[in-house]
Amino acid sequence: MRYVLRRLGFFVLTLWVALTLNFLLPRMMPGNPALAVIGTYKGGVSPQALKALEAQFGFTTHQGLISQYVSYLGNVARLNFGISLTTQPGTSVAHIVLDAIPWTLGLVGITTILAFILGTLIGIIGAWRRGGLFDSIMPPILVIMTVIPFFWLGLILILVFGVKLKLLPYFFTYTYTLTPGFTPAFIGNVLEHAILPAFTLLITTIGTWILTMRNTMITTLAEDYVRMARAKGLPGWRIMLDYAARNAILPNLTGFAMSLGFIVGGAVLIEEVFNYQGVGWLLLQAVFNDDYPLEQALFLLITVAVLVAILISDLLTAILDPRTRGAS
Amino acid sequence: MSSVPGSESAGPAEGSGRLASRAGSPAAASFPPAGAAPVPDAAGQPVLAVRDLTVEYVMERGTVTAVDHVSFDLGPGEFLGVVGESGCGKSTLLFAIAQLLAPPAGIAGGSVAFRGTNMVGLTDKELAAIRWKDLSVVMQSAMNALNPVKSIGAQFSDVMRAHGVRSKQEIAARSAEVLRMVGIDPVHLGSYPHQLSGGMRQRSMIAMAMLFTPDLIIMDEPTSALDVVAQRSLMVQVKELQQQFGFAVIFVTHDMSLVRHFSERLLVMYAGQVAEVGETRRMFASPLHPYTAGLMEAFPSIRGPRVPLTGIPGSPPDLAQPQAGCWFAPRCTRVMPRCRTSQPDLYQVDGTLARCFLHQEEAPGGGRP
Amino acid sequence: MAMLQAPEEPGGAGVTGEPGLPPAIAPITAGGLLASGGGISGARSLRRMARAITSNRKASAGALLLLLFIVIAAIPGVIAHDNPNAEVYPKLLGPSSSHWLGTTALGQDMFSQVIYGTRPVLLIAFGVGLGATIIAMLVGVAAAYLGGVYDGVLNVITDVLLVIPLLPLLIIIGSYLKGAGTAVMIIVITATGWSYTARQLRAQALSLRSRDYLEAARVRGERRLYIIVVEIIPTMTSLLVASFLTNALYAVLFSSSLQFLGLGDPNVTSWGTMLYWAEQAEAFQVAPLWIIVPGLCIVALGAAFALINYAFDEIGNPALRPVRSMRRSARVQRSR
Repeated sequence: MRYVLRRLGFFVLTLWVALTLNFLLPRMMPGNPALAVIGTYKGGVSPQALKALEAQFGFTTHQGLISQYVSYLGNVARLNFGISLTTQPGTSVAHIVLDAIPWTLGLVGITTILAFILGTLIGIIGAWRRGGLFDSIMPPILVIMTVIPFFWLGLILILVFGVKLKLLPYFFTYTYTLTPGFTPAFIGNVLEHAILPAFTLLITTIGTWILTMRNTMITTLAEDYVRMARAKGLPGWRIMLDYAARNAILPNLTGFAMSLGFIVGGAVLIEEVFNYQGVGWLLLQAVFNDDYPLEQALFLLITVAVLVAILISDLLTAILDPRTRGAS
Repeated sequence: MSSVPGSESAGPAEGSGRLASRAGSPAAASFPPAGAAPVPDAAGQPVLAVRDLTVEYVMERGTVTAVDHVSFDLGPGEFLGVVGESGCGKSTLLFAIAQLLAPPAGIAGGSVAFRGTNMVGLTDKELAAIRWKDLSVVMQSAMNALNPVKSIGAQFSDVMRAHGVRSKQEIAARSAEVLRMVGIDPVHLGSYPHQLSGGMRQRSMIAMAMLFTPDLIIMDEPTSALDVVAQRSLMVQVKELQQQFGFAVIFVTHDMSLVRHFSERLLVMYAGQVAEVGETRRMFASPLHPYTAGLMEAFPSIRGPRVPLTGIPGSPPDLAQPQAGCWFAPRCTRVMPRCRTSQPDLYQVDGTLARCFLHQEEAPGGGRP
Repeated sequence: MAMLQAPEEPGGAGVTGEPGLPPAIAPITAGGLLASGGGISGARSLRRMARAITSNRKASAGALLLLLFIVIAAIPGVIAHDNPNAEVYPKLLGPSSSHWLGTTALGQDMFSQVIYGTRPVLLIAFGVGLGATIIAMLVGVAAAYLGGVYDGVLNVITDVLLVIPLLPLLIIIGSYLKGAGTAVMIIVITATGWSYTARQLRAQALSLRSRDYLEAARVRGERRLYIIVVEIIPTMTSLLVASFLTNALYAVLFSSSLQFLGLGDPNVTSWGTMLYWAEQAEAFQVAPLWIIVPGLCIVALGAAFALINYAFDEIGNPALRPVRSMRRSARVQRSR
């Protein structure tokens, strides 16, 4: 119980830090962000949005920094993220973000879980069967796989499968001439568009899971309790899964959570390369267009998503590892 | 209580008929050197017969022989202590006997006959029939030897189900029974290893080893992680169980005082070889090998006359650098010129075997390579 | 002397350090190197590492690659003869003997660009590597040694920074600092990335803290600072080197990502910016080499760092090394 409370406390703290960073960064920039926006988009920004922005930055109301902060926090609590300046001027940020979430959730969420499960299984088997080709050649290959930049692999895949071989589409989330709906044709089209980005994410991330699981398993297999399990005459599969893997996966769960920040970054890059209109792509649009309300909302969303995932993995750890639950 | 401080051995030999009679019948000079072995009981054969067991570590810088042609017999119900310095190969020997070695270690030669069946070379599947039912293992640190994420009861149940016991009631009943045998309240079946104290963990390991009342229990320094009081209490428990159920024990330790009180026979290892093996009492009274003598002197009796503490000068040899002569020569107080040039065999003196040229003349025809 | 132990010694404390991060990025489990006794001071440790690198094939390959890049970065003019920024050539030529990789859409010689682009990348890598390692060391050792409240506070700071998604943060910061130079990029990446390795260093410092020779120093009356600087830090040499490599790798990947997004310094040609321009010019159809080559360089440099790091892992934890020639012994075993 204490463990859960401690993790929740950490969750809240990090959230607060992210919120504050979000608040401070644009205000720390040299110059006046609101003026910059106004200057850039003379007439291109809806008057409502402009007014909201000025209010947010305290120009019309002449609020001090602290009171700005307080009203900012209040707004966040009410999930009022303001109005988008540039993306679809006049539309609420929340609306835009909600549109983009399912795409990213589908792509990144499913691919990451797949990569983790596959990678973990391969790692387990790789550790169980030592010797031979896999043991000596695969680790360096996998290591090299982990350093491939997300965006570059995307470009290469586009080059090979999209441009040269013309096998798969690589632009947008679905062919824009189609009308969205839950028809098989549409869903098929969506999946087709998702293949290359998903594959990119899979290849760049699976190496990590394989290697860390393998290394952890190897260390675990050398533990005394695994040797004891052999001494007891337990069947091989039970030793591998119940005694070795169950222990080896614990540090990997923690690592999974930690890696999420990294993976999210990768998702941003991949969405950019494939023009895949998910949350990452939206963030880049917002950043390049100085659309502060949208930018802030997205950064917050991403941070919260990572934190939630970490919380889930912490809970899983608490369930799987009795040592975290009770004192001895 | 069978252990009286100061007595040479807490010998349970007077106990049940399954236990071995005293060792010491004069042996023929022929191989195997049965002189150090007890006369087997009516069942006809020793529980364990190890012949020329050799274990090698294959490493990048070369092959190291960790156990070098070790041979000995173990009779039913016998308590054999195996002692030696750190790194002498005693733990490796134990794992080799139990067929638990893992790369880079491997058995390079020899045989381990358990009740007549050679276990070397059998697959895990073939060994599963013997494992735990007839031969079980107790390891040094229960904290490391128990799966940290499973409860004690679950681990007991795993073993029983692996050997054909299916019924939940049977499993629960037997688990509770063995725990009570070692003095633990069966309510702890639901506990996890980290929730038990060190002594309780060790006892539960012994309880687990007793699940099928095997013929042989191999123990690798089970008391090293315990304080002195817990140590003695554990040893007494083991001896009581042994008296009650009549299993044989191979007990590896570096603590000479423990073997003195609890073992009938003693095997001293040095540099992977058998340095001396024989009846405990006799070896303590008059050690044949200079190394054994050194070990005895390092553990003076608490009731004996006060003597200055002497250790054995020098340090254990690096097995990666093979020697021409006897491994112990550099540290031996009674070294002779020939000790540096040729390796001694095991020579017999009155039922005890010693690997030392000092005793070569006394053995008719010499020992064996 | 090295006495043969019984077949235990499972890589020390195992994976109590940083699991789950890309292994090349979080290579040294707190146990791996610790298993060998924690560390040997300074010079001896470096020599030991050098010997370890030359004996391990992966590490040697990585080290050689790194050396190659360093040489290229040091003397680009010797290898490539054109000014990388000079837009004088005909655009989008294919590879030829005068332009080994062809030219870009702006008429620049691609080969020169790749060669000259090495230096900024290496500068960032080493700059961040050094900076982040120093901060991580200070924070980690301070947290471990001071303990108590300080430890708690530093830990929280480290963990929070660890959790906040870095690329989005970098993107946002980068956009505010539009087109700032290399130095700024080094500072920004360092300031956000030191927390990865701080945790590992703290873990090792914690374990070292209770070693006997430190107790001896304390009993001698040495001041805390002395103990930290003279006794603890030199013994952490191997982990510090690993941390340097980790941070350098992370810097290469993140800086090229930022440059690819257009947030880098537009005046400096580096591999990331080359890819940025390549994407802008939609080079897929017309100049695939423009896309392929700079990316390969990034992979190569990253691999160099990563391989050395992974080799460190294998060295510290022999169980991870490829299993060889057990078949011989197994055969002997079976034949009886």
